Amino acid sequence: MWSLANPTRFLGIADHVIPWLAVLTFLLLGIGLCLSFFVAPPDYQQGETVKIMFVHVPAAWLAMFGYTLIALASIGSLIWRHPLADVAAKTAAPIGATFAFIALVTGSLWGKPMWGTYWVWDARLTSMLVLFLLYLGLIALWQSIEEPGRAGRAAAILAIVGFINVPIIKFSVDWWNTLHQPASIFRVGGPTIDPSLLTPLFVMAAGFTLLFALLHLIAMRAEILRRRVHALRQVHVERAAAA
Amino acid sequence: MPDLGPHAVFIWAAYAVTFIAVAGLVFFIVQDDRRQRQILADLERQGIRRRSAKSADKPSQAKPRARKLKP
Amino acid sequence: MKEAWALFRRDVVLAWREGGTIGTALGFYLVVVAITPLGLGPDLNLLSRIAPGVLWVALLLASLLSADRIFHNDYEDGALDVLVTGRLPLELVAALKSLAHWVTTGIPLALLAPLLGLLLNLPTDAFPLLVVAMLTGTPALSFVAAVGASLTLGLRRSGVLLALLVLPLYVPVLIFGVATVSAASVGPASPWPPFLILCALSLASLVLAPIAAAAALRTALR
Repeated sequence: MWSLANPTRFLGIADHVIPWLAVLTFLLLGIGLCLSFFVAPPDYQQGETVKIMFVHVPAAWLAMFGYTLIALASIGSLIWRHPLADVAAKTAAPIGATFAFIALVTGSLWGKPMWGTYWVWDARLTSMLVLFLLYLGLIALWQSIEEPGRAGRAAAILAIVGFINVPIIKFSVDWWNTLHQPASIFRVGGPTIDPSLLTPLFVMAAGFTLLFALLHLIAMRAEILRRRVHALRQVHVERAAAA
Repeated sequence: MPDLGPHAVFIWAAYAVTFIAVAGLVFFIVQDDRRQRQILADLERQGIRRRSAKSADKPSQAKPRARKLKP
Repeated sequence: MKEAWALFRRDVVLAWREGGTIGTALGFYLVVVAITPLGLGPDLNLLSRIAPGVLWVALLLASLLSADRIFHNDYEDGALDVLVTGRLPLELVAALKSLAHWVTTGIPLALLAPLLGLLLNLPTDAFPLLVVAMLTGTPALSFVAAVGASLTLGLRRSGVLLALLVLPLYVPVLIFGVATVSAASVGPASPWPPFLILCALSLASLVLAPIAAAAALRTALR
């Protein structure tokens, strides 16, 4: 972690890693898609719509993974003052939010043939919705504070506060859900997942995870460069004013 | 194309949304990355560089000296 | 200790004198509850079923309305800088200001709630439970709102941003608050399980929220 603290070093490593990662990512996603569409059998209960699971579940996992990543980066930023931590936190937010969005929409589309409506307030979708709102709050806070130092610290605090709240919110939403649907068989994914469906699921999950890492690295590179541009321009203006 | 059953439109829609969202994300991130590198290259052309870049400069008498950044 | 009391008293007195602040929050609470039936129809059965939920959601919104004044006035006139460099730990300052917000906003709103419950045909035997649940939940609302207020200190459109940041964090208080009040009619018969969780949420926020708020204040004032 600390060996990557130097931004220039990080950029050097990123430049090397990104092309390979890109190839690997799209390879995995390609294989995953083939498995999903041509190999995976229909579910005995849900028929072919179980195929939606292959995008919905990885997206949900990554939305949660993304927020955890942001929380860890925020701790690194506030407590250990790792130089790239707030860059990592800032750039991960839109990516995680997009995956949360995908999870919500695909979950909704999965719900329509399953339960007859486009939205159901079941525990998991509701929790994902709240997670999406937490992401939006983070992004909004980053956008609203102009001074980047303050923005980074404030967003870090918010991320940690949100992260602590996530299990509490999840618990309360689960509790609320059982309150209103005592005989809840509305488990997205069915009671158990057949093994023949697990392989495509894991391949897609791996592919999406690599995609997250890939996009995150590119975004971090862009953010580091953006800060360099800003610093260069500032110094240039100062020197021009002094001269 | 495999037969996706009676609810095929939902499956296609789900994958389409996923694809569009991911494509959008990729586009914005890659475009931002390219733009920052472009701006940085432009600044370098104008002679505004980082301190650590000066070791890469070849000494040249004809061109004006590149402005170096103070630490 | 004396300084702590002095700070707390000052905030309460200022809010009280400003009169409009407390009145506005109460008025907002009334307005939101009053227009809900206009949107949903006057069916008394329906209203009595949703009354706990509507009362709590409106309470959340009314709490948020007055949240940015927790630190804003002192930020504007420089008193906050004095407090930051003062003898009281900043966490205590944040806690005292949150407490003052609760006393001047949370408690009045909670006491008004049964009256508004009449508008929504809430069964009268739920009134005591309603007040107790709200008095227990509103500290959490005030303390978490203070975290939002400190994060958005001095920003443009801070009110809306504050709501966006804080409302997801309010979800547990909302869920268990409503469950406490409607325990008799919906779900488990005893209000104790959700009520105890509500107590736990408030107590936890009493301790943890000021830490986050103080950290946010430091970043805002640096």
